[in-house]
Amino acid sequence: MRNALPVLTVVGVIIVIWYIAAIWMNSTWALQMAERLGREMGFTDLVVATMTQDRPLVAAPHQVVVALWDGVFGHAVTSKRSFVYHGFVTLEATLWGFALGIVIGVGLAIAIVHSRAVDMSVMPWAVISQTVPIVALAPMIVVVANAVGVEDRLLPKAIISAYLSFFPVLVSMVSGLRAPNQMQLDLLKTYGANRSQVFWKLRLPASLPYFFASLKVAIAASLIGAIVGELPTGAINGLGARMLIGSQFGQPLIMWAALFGAAILAGILIIVVGAIQRAADRRMGVAR
Amino acid sequence: MTTETVISAQDLSLTFETNDGPVNALKDVSLEVERGDFVSFIGPSGCGKTTFLRVMADLESPSAGDIEVNGTSPADARKSRAYGYVFQAAGLYPWRTIGGNIRLPLEIMGYDRAEQARRVNSVLELVDLAGFEKKFPWQLSGGMQQRASIARALAFDADLLLMDEPFGALDEIVRDHLNEQLLSLWEKTNKTICFVTHSIPEAVYLSTRIVVMSPRPGRITDVIESPLPRDRPLDIRDTPEFLEVAHRVREGLRAGHSYED
Repeated sequence: MRNALPVLTVVGVIIVIWYIAAIWMNSTWALQMAERLGREMGFTDLVVATMTQDRPLVAAPHQVVVALWDGVFGHAVTSKRSFVYHGFVTLEATLWGFALGIVIGVGLAIAIVHSRAVDMSVMPWAVISQTVPIVALAPMIVVVANAVGVEDRLLPKAIISAYLSFFPVLVSMVSGLRAPNQMQLDLLKTYGANRSQVFWKLRLPASLPYFFASLKVAIAASLIGAIVGELPTGAINGLGARMLIGSQFGQPLIMWAALFGAAILAGILIIVVGAIQRAADRRMGVAR
Repeated sequence: MTTETVISAQDLSLTFETNDGPVNALKDVSLEVERGDFVSFIGPSGCGKTTFLRVMADLESPSAGDIEVNGTSPADARKSRAYGYVFQAAGLYPWRTIGGNIRLPLEIMGYDRAEQARRVNSVLELVDLAGFEKKFPWQLSGGMQQRASIARALAFDADLLLMDEPFGALDEIVRDHLNEQLLSLWEKTNKTICFVTHSIPEAVYLSTRIVVMSPRPGRITDVIESPLPRDRPLDIRDTPEFLEVAHRVREGLRAGHSYED
């Protein structure tokens, strides 16, 4: 509970600022409407008018909550209007991308740590890959996937997601696999251990804390990748598609709700990864 | 008697190339260590005592001279697992239990599970850590961790124990206790021990021979055969014989100008 108080305080402050912003941003339209109808508007009327618009510039928090509630519980989970349905579509791409990112990140890290040539040749490209704007790359990946005959959107989305998530895993694993100090390496040398024994007995276990720490960043990056994969690519399913449709077809409340739905999904994923991390720490005797 | 010589170094030199020019870590070092000896290497920092130990262990390669361990090259001795090495820090893997840490060399060397368990039990008993097998390193004190690391070096059948300031980071009281235990362990196991230290009382108390070294270049200035009996209670350190050996070690260190800086 001691941890909850500061968090709740910040949430409270944000909500207050948010309401003030909503009143401020939406008042122009409300005042215009009142003027057109030739009506005088008191402050209370104005506040009410800024919070009940169908197409607000800034949706008020309670409007977002209602839209989110309706999106999650107001429809059958198989309905195209259900956030559960769209959330699942995004989640599926996120998890595939996450898994792919882990495999690529760990695989490259192992190669980099064991071969100087790979280190010199691959590492700079890995860094450069993250400077390419993913929004520009995403449509190309979708188009190429389509051109080679992949009908399903899951694969290109997973690739975009992995493109973002492999990097934190790679960087952490390179550090982690190099974490053993000279003394620990010397010790294994005195046992006449071979390279694979050094890897399995020392480098890999030593890297696990780094690995689990990177997963939290990677899962968030995966989700962003999956959503970006749904935004500029003409997708109609997924939270990213909901955001785009909401903004383009004059349903800002759906856009806001999808945005917060994605944030909540990210929060849940990070909590799950955190729980896995703690369980692993306990298993490894690191947690005290 | 050649078969009884465990370590034989002839005119051993080792030069490290550094940015400030070459450093003579070892210069023309010659020494023989016989089976069953407890040899201490003492000297100020930079005298090459640790480097010498690392050369024996094939963790460094000499630039000139010859060295044999068990009648073969250090590399072959290392590959045939001829020695156990104890570092200055215990260096236990934090993700393994004490038992798991001791099992580490046994797993690498391919002992079967039953044999691993048997050996872990017996060495834990030897270093007085029975019952701590399932504990993790952070649950043990520094002295206990260092004992566990000694147990790890004893777990496989190496007759030679190379110890690099194993008790350097521990306080005086714990160190006394561990010195006593190490002597009784040496008695029980009949190992040959090479022991690096910079504590004069520790070197004199433990050793059958004390090798005094001095820096720039790293070399041996004196080799002292200890007249003390093998059986040594802690209070032997108050006897005239002990003080006389300690005095000679101090003289040797002074002759090497080791106190000048």
